[in-house]
Amino acid sequence: MNALQLSNELNTYLILGALLFAIGVYGMVRRRTFIGMLISAELVLSGASVNFMAFNHFQAPGPVTGQVFTLFIMAIAAAEAAIALSIIIAVYRNYRSIDADEVADLKG
Amino acid sequence: MSPSLLTAEGLSGLLFLGFIAITLLGALIATHAERLIRSVAGLALCFLGVAGLYYYLGSPFVALMQLLIYVGAVCVTIIFAIMLAENAGSAKAATGKTFAAIFAVLCPGVLLAALVELAMKTDWSPVARATTAGGQAPAGSVADIGISLLTTNAVSFELISVVLLAAIVGSLVLARSGRTKS
Repeated sequence: MNALQLSNELNTYLILGALLFAIGVYGMVRRRTFIGMLISAELVLSGASVNFMAFNHFQAPGPVTGQVFTLFIMAIAAAEAAIALSIIIAVYRNYRSIDADEVADLKG
Repeated sequence: MSPSLLTAEGLSGLLFLGFIAITLLGALIATHAERLIRSVAGLALCFLGVAGLYYYLGSPFVALMQLLIYVGAVCVTIIFAIMLAENAGSAKAATGKTFAAIFAVLCPGVLLAALVELAMKTDWSPVARATTAGGQAPAGSVADIGISLLTTNAVSFELISVVLLAAIVGSLVLARSGRTKS
């Protein structure tokens, strides 16, 4: 298999999606700030989107299903980012920090 | 048959390899950079590469939307939040316990190995597509996406707009609470 013909292989996209997913999970475990975790979550979501698009191109019986699903994922990801960032701003206002380890107080 | 590097197919394959490299490099920068602002730049780079992959998968519309929404909106929003919230002294690296480091590599490593194994082992023989009169599979153009959004997926499309409205209002309320009047 020639390296220049990789764009016609389903497995290329599947492995790339799996790599994006794994890097995202790694970042989510490793990062200590909330914004870093949010960035890693976006990586995981884009890995899933790559898989949807690849199956849409190579496998699906309908030609637009995966594309529509990817558009929905984008909308959900944008909403998720907005909500998460506003929560981060609210947390920062109370704790003066976005480090996940320092936000450890319970109310009561 | 393998195309030579100087033909159109060869150049397009080379460009594809470049997009893969950009995607993985961006993802690694996004998770490993010490300062958050650099990791957002890595995220934008990664999304740029993913948009290129979408173009190779035959949907320039989704590639454009990827650029507009992710690079144009999500990354910029994250940068705003970083400028509001990151304190200057928070650039400390992910120092850590060895156990956490091992766990952080091991857990996604196992997942990655399983997914790659699954992708390689499965027989992805093509599913029969609904063909048009010409015997050719429909292309999935922008017009097809639009028709599908307004017929098959009309309810989900409307629900997404409700979700986005709720997200906008919710984030405004969340970020506003506790703010002193001035």
